[in-house]
Amino acid sequence: MNDDSGATMDPQLHAHGADAGHGTLKSYWVGFILSVVLTAIPFWLVMGDVIADSRATIAVIVACAIAQILVHTLCFLHVNTRGEGGWTLLAYVFTAVIVIITIAGSMWIMYHLNANMMPGMITGEASQTP
Amino acid sequence: MTTTAIAATAGTVPDRKGSATPSDPTFYVIEAEHHDHGTQSPTALGFWIYLMSDALLFATIFATYGVLSTSFAGGPTPRDIFELELVALNTAILLVSSVTFGFGMLAMERGETRRTQLWLAITALLGAAFVGVELYEFGKLIAEGATPQRSGFLSAFFALVGMHGLHVTIGVGWILVMIVQTARRGLIIQNRRRLLCLSMFWHFLDIVWIGVFTFVYLLGMVR
Repeated sequence: MNDDSGATMDPQLHAHGADAGHGTLKSYWVGFILSVVLTAIPFWLVMGDVIADSRATIAVIVACAIAQILVHTLCFLHVNTRGEGGWTLLAYVFTAVIVIITIAGSMWIMYHLNANMMPGMITGEASQTP
Repeated sequence: MTTTAIAATAGTVPDRKGSATPSDPTFYVIEAEHHDHGTQSPTALGFWIYLMSDALLFATIFATYGVLSTSFAGGPTPRDIFELELVALNTAILLVSSVTFGFGMLAMERGETRRTQLWLAITALLGAAFVGVELYEFGKLIAEGATPQRSGFLSAFFALVGMHGLHVTIGVGWILVMIVQTARRGLIIQNRRRLLCLSMFWHFLDIVWIGVFTFVYLLGMVR
């Protein structure tokens, strides 16, 4: 899908002399339809209480979110390997790595901090603080 | 493109007679040409870098929410206060507004000023509707006693969703400015560049909203 929209986009870019892709009508429609599906599935799962196992529901919801973020990035923001000589994609990937480290790292650390600092586990709490 | 410019510069280097002064204008001219070539692209890339830094801002607030999302302090939980019908409505509004902005950009590509403005106006109305629904939700929560001061969960919730709503509000203001700009000057290259940045901003906010409705609302209701 990415390659396809990119192939139709490139000649258009040169014809207009513009610098960044505005996509095509097709790319917006493809993005819209995919987004509707990827939004409807998680809302349906949660509002309709479809799957009894909450872990499976969470997995599907998160997978749909990641897929929809990718769809928006490709179809609406038109991020590809050629834009700005690849710097757009490089900045995007770098940001994605930092975002994941920030969010997952914070939650991981704070979860373990909470688990190890439950009330009653440490008796001399005041004496341990420097 | 940049590589060829550098190659041209390197090619002129052996021609000069060894003194540094005469070669300076040569370098200056190529430098200027390179600068001219880049009048459009640096803005788009620079704005993209801004959006990526904005994503980091949202990442820190998402992390804060993730850490505090179960700190209810005996107060209301997501199941008590969230209304998924409103969230689904807002999600639909923002998704449609992303596509209408895309149609506006296509109209801009074709040079149709009136149609671009029409799509921009529709997008601004959808953005305003989004903010309106969100303010209605906030008002309802506060009326129920679920204020930001109630618990860590609610502080983080209002910070995250409020920050996104603030961005959308600023985006709506920017769209209105661009409608006035295009009405006064038409689709000149400056306005096209601004609209390109604005479209990236708008699509970016829709991506952030995917994170909000997934991790705050849907996962909050499941857990």
